[in-house]
Amino acid sequence: MSLLTVSDLSVELAGNTILHDVDLHIDRREIVTIVGPNGSGKSTLLRTIVGAVKPTSGTIKRESKLAIGYVPQQLQIDPTLPITVRRFLDLPKPVSDTAAEQALKQVGTTNLDSKQLTDLSGGQFQRVLLARALLGKPDLLILDEATQGLDQPGSAAFYQLIDTIRNDIDCAVLMVSHELHVVMAASDRVICLNGHVCCEGHPEHVVSAPEYRALFGSGTQGALALYRHEHSHTHDADGNCE
Amino acid sequence: MNPLDHFLARAALAGLGVALAAAPLGCFVVWRRMAYFGDATAHASILGVALALAFSTSIWVGVLAMSMLMALTVTLLSNRGYAMDTLLGVIAHSALAIGLVAVSFLSDVRIDLMAYLFGDILAVSKLDLLIIWAGASVVVGLMVWRWHALLTSTLNPDLAYAAGFNPNKEQLILTIALAIVVAVAIKVVGALLIAALLIIPAAAARALSSTPEKMAVYASSIGATSALLGLAIAYQLDTPTGPTIVCVAALIFAVLNVYRLVSAPKL
Repeated sequence: MSLLTVSDLSVELAGNTILHDVDLHIDRREIVTIVGPNGSGKSTLLRTIVGAVKPTSGTIKRESKLAIGYVPQQLQIDPTLPITVRRFLDLPKPVSDTAAEQALKQVGTTNLDSKQLTDLSGGQFQRVLLARALLGKPDLLILDEATQGLDQPGSAAFYQLIDTIRNDIDCAVLMVSHELHVVMAASDRVICLNGHVCCEGHPEHVVSAPEYRALFGSGTQGALALYRHEHSHTHDADGNCE
Repeated sequence: MNPLDHFLARAALAGLGVALAAAPLGCFVVWRRMAYFGDATAHASILGVALALAFSTSIWVGVLAMSMLMALTVTLLSNRGYAMDTLLGVIAHSALAIGLVAVSFLSDVRIDLMAYLFGDILAVSKLDLLIIWAGASVVVGLMVWRWHALLTSTLNPDLAYAAGFNPNKEQLILTIALAIVVAVAIKVVGALLIAALLIIPAAAARALSSTPEKMAVYASSIGATSALLGLAIAYQLDTPTGPTIVCVAALIFAVLNVYRLVSAPKL
C-alpha cells in the first residue's frame, strides 16, 4: 500500500478553484517531484497534504501512523523573536542533544547550535529546516521549494543531500521545485501539475509528454523543457573546464 | 496584624501579579505583531466599565466580557483579511469614546473615571487581589501548557499544522489570555497603559535573550521590577502609580537597548 493516496481532491480558496480532480500516490522510498507553472497549485497541494488547507472534496488517505516531516517554503522570523538553532530543533517537541547533533550532522552542518536562526545563510537555514524535519523520524519528507534562494551549485548539493537522506532513513520524499533540469536528475517520478495532474511518470517520460511541452515548452521554444545539462567535465575554482 | 491589611502590601502584590501574567503573553504580542490588538482590547474595556456600572454588576465581569468580545471580534475580522491597522484604529478608539460618553450618562453614579483610565493600584482590595492572582495564574498556566504549540504557530502556521497543532486554536488561546490580562490589569495600570505593560518588558528583554524562554523569563523579571520599583517611587514622589510603573519599564528598556548597542554581542 502507498504511504499516501490522494483521490479526487479539489480545493477552493476564496471562491477560486485551485485544484480539481487531483489523484496521486506516494510509495515508500520514492522521490516524487511536483513541477508546474506559477499559480498551478503546487504549494496548495502540499499544504493540503500536511493539513494546513481543508480539501473542498476528495480524500487524502495516510498510512496509519505516517510521520510527515515538513520543510516549509520559507520561514519569516520576526527580529523580535530570539531563537537559536538548538532551540529551533526542539520544536514541536524537545529532543535530546545527541539526536539534535546527529540530525545536524546528517544535513552536513555542525557548530551551529548557539547561532541565531536569523544569522544563518540561505543554505545553512534550509539545512537546519531539514534537520528539524528529520528529528520527527519521518516516513515522508515534504519540501516546498526548498532550494529557493540558493544558487545552482547550492541547490544541486541540496538535492544530492535529499537523495542521501532518503537512502539513510528510507523515507519517501515529496517536493515542489521550479528547477526543472535539477529535478529531472533527482526524482524517481515527476508529477506535472496545473490545477490538475497533467501528466506524470518517470522524468524521461514526462519530458517528452505533450502536456508537459504545452506547459513549459511552447513559450520558450522548448528550450526550458529540453534543457538538460550533462556534466561530462568539471570546473575548477576559477570556472575553467578541466 | 495581617500583612495584607496594609495598602502598600496589597498594591505590591497586585502589581507583581499583573506583571508576571503580562510578561510572557507580552512576548507573543511582540513576536506576532499584535501590539495594536492589545491596545484595542484594553481601550474597549472602558466600555465594559460603563456597562458594568449601568447594569450594576461587578466591574471585573463587565471588563472581562467586553475585552473578550473585542478580542474575539478582532480575531475574527483579522482572519478575513481586513486592513487591520485601520480597522483596529476605528474599533479601539470608538469603543473608548463610546465608553467615556456612556459613563457620563450614568449621572447617579459618582465615579472617578481616572481610576479606570490610569489605574488606582493603591485602592486594590483583598478581593481584587484574589481576582488578580486567579486571573494571572490562569494566563501563566495557559502559556506554560500551550508553550510549544504557541511558539510553533508563531514561527509558521504550516509548520504547526504539520506538527498536528491548530494555529487558529492557539490564536484563540492568546486572545482569551489577552482579555484576562486586560481585565486584571485595569485596576493596576488603567486601560490606557495596559498595552505598555505587555509590550515594554518583552521588548526590553529582547536585548538580553537568545531563546524565547529566556525572553519570557527576563520579561517577567523586568515587569516585576518595574511594578515594585514604580510603586516605591510613586509613593516617595507622590506621582500617579500606574504611569510611574510604565516609566520605570521604559527606562529599563532604554538602558538595556543602549547597553546592547554599545557592548553586548548581537543576540
